[in-house]
Amino acid sequence: MVIEKTNTIIELVVRNHPGVMSHITGLFSRRAFNLEGILCSQIGDGTISRMYLLVNKGEKLEQIVKQVQKLYDVMEVTVQNDYDHTLFDRLHDLVQGSRPAAS
Amino acid sequence: MARMTGAEIIIKCLEKRGIDTIAGIPGGANLPLYDALYKSKIRHILARHEQGAGFIAQGQARSTGKAAVCFATSGPGATNLLTAIADAKLDSIPVIGITGQVPSSMIGTDAFQEVDTYGMTLPITKHNFFVRSAEELLCVMPEAFKIAESGRPGPVVIDVPKDVQKEVIEVDALPEMDWKALSEEMDTHTLDAIAQQINQAKKPVMIIGGGIIAADAEAEVKTLSEKGNIPVASTLMGLGAFDPDAPLYLGMLGMHGARYTNYLMNEADLVIALGIRFDDRATGKADAFCPNATIIHIDIDQSEIDKIKNAHFSLAGDVKKALEKILPLIEPNSRSEWVATIEKQKTEHPFVLPPGDDPFNPVTVIQKIAELADEDTIITSDVGQHQMWAAQIYPFKKPRTWLTSGGLGTMGFGVPTAIGAALANPDKKVICISGDGSFLMNIQELATIADLNLNMAVVIFNNNHLGLVRQQQELFYDKNYIASRFDSSPDFAAIAKGFGVPSTDLTNSGKVAEALESMMQEKGPRIINIPIDHEENVYPMVSPGAANTEMIGG
Repeated sequence: MVIEKTNTIIELVVRNHPGVMSHITGLFSRRAFNLEGILCSQIGDGTISRMYLLVNKGEKLEQIVKQVQKLYDVMEVTVQNDYDHTLFDRLHDLVQGSRPAAS
Repeated sequence: MARMTGAEIIIKCLEKRGIDTIAGIPGGANLPLYDALYKSKIRHILARHEQGAGFIAQGQARSTGKAAVCFATSGPGATNLLTAIADAKLDSIPVIGITGQVPSSMIGTDAFQEVDTYGMTLPITKHNFFVRSAEELLCVMPEAFKIAESGRPGPVVIDVPKDVQKEVIEVDALPEMDWKALSEEMDTHTLDAIAQQINQAKKPVMIIGGGIIAADAEAEVKTLSEKGNIPVASTLMGLGAFDPDAPLYLGMLGMHGARYTNYLMNEADLVIALGIRFDDRATGKADAFCPNATIIHIDIDQSEIDKIKNAHFSLAGDVKKALEKILPLIEPNSRSEWVATIEKQKTEHPFVLPPGDDPFNPVTVIQKIAELADEDTIITSDVGQHQMWAAQIYPFKKPRTWLTSGGLGTMGFGVPTAIGAALANPDKKVICISGDGSFLMNIQELATIADLNLNMAVVIFNNNHLGLVRQQQELFYDKNYIASRFDSSPDFAAIAKGFGVPSTDLTNSGKVAEALESMMQEKGPRIINIPIDHEENVYPMVSPGAANTEMIGG
């Protein structure tokens, strides 16, 4: 899978606790926003995490960003229009069972 | 330095915050919390259902603007609370629900009365907490109040496992429980541009919503209206924020707005939307709403801007502060042509009132209540026809005197919310305008009323139907009446007496005015049952999904 030009990545810095993923994915499902992919890992001492959300660049993008910004556990939101697209490509390969492409 | 349990930390924080009354129901998982409450001066109101406790908290919060607290135990206690929390979310009401949870070691084992309160309250709160240690409470308690009250207010749920309530820790000092709003910068160019748009507009209209009441911005709206001769329409949630007797008041807009109101909105060349979220009941078909107008939108919630209607000019911030900055830039303007158009529309397409000769006509009853009440009387409503009639006709003169379930539309809201309002306003009369369907949905709280002997009354508009459902079946479903008529009819006056609450039944009596007069004079509770004709409809009505100009009746 190659990331289509219609997609973009929202990068988040969030408070790291067991409920934070539910807060993010719950927002997407209840507001009928599509979420194409999600990557999350803790950074630093583990009190915060970084998340990459692969989303459609459609007209809802602005509303998605505003809603995500409102979440209490979200500390930073950046829309990455020119991000390293191979990030999710390699993930896709991994999920499909093939070897991740060499970077 | 003191040794305290988690439960004591919660209660001490609430005391420090100035919370004096909490509604709730105890159960296995929140007994440590109640044990700490036993030693406190905080008054506990024992509701008869957790939904009642949640709405009692709402009545306190809606009538005062300050966050109110309710308690429930785990499992069914928490699930019963959900409707009141969801209701607070949709109407931006600061309520804090503190729920007991099974001990940490038993979480995830399907323990007795275990339910995923955190997961269930996640989509219906502004934020929720699952507390993992007593230490965390020192941070969570002040944060909960800050979240509930700051920015756009909303509900917070704090789920506390029983072992965390019992955990003893050393506490150096209780946290600071008050929060301070940060001063916000407002873009001067946008303020200038908004003022210029207002000054240039020939046919401007303001729409005010619940945000005006939350921000205490009534005075600024009044000044803007008077300075620029700008008419004001209100959403259901904005009623009470503008003088209903002012010549430029247009009343409630939308699905049950007067004809002139919706026609004038359609003619406007500028909409100044203040503290509103363009709800579908207010806008009708969004694309057809104010089609000729430039839209200015000021709201404290950034995500409401451009959500339903794209704004040409917008400000995300405190509407009172924004108006304070805009007002000096507004040029006095008589707008005589527009004012004349407004008067003409009001004359040609007025709100049609009943002749007044039938004391049982629901609109006449509401007019009678309004005539007897003073401007401080707090009206709560349930949901349905009676709610819309009250919204259309009752002249709310002050903010926070009209407490209604706007967003969620919860039947059963009125009685417990009136209890909360009466508790928070012992000097004011509280009247719940209800229907027979809604009244049954929290009828158990009559027992709470009997406990407290509050100065509140419930007026039941009894048509033995789900009236607004029946009306929609008549208008939009070929009169296929199904499940909108009740086969049996409870004797509400006898039921109230059974609970120990005085009551009056006006069936077979013509003395509506007399009953309402004595209700207004007495200081205690009363339930009044008024039979009304089930064929009385709420008019005008816009069909759901249609443009606001396509009104039926009225």
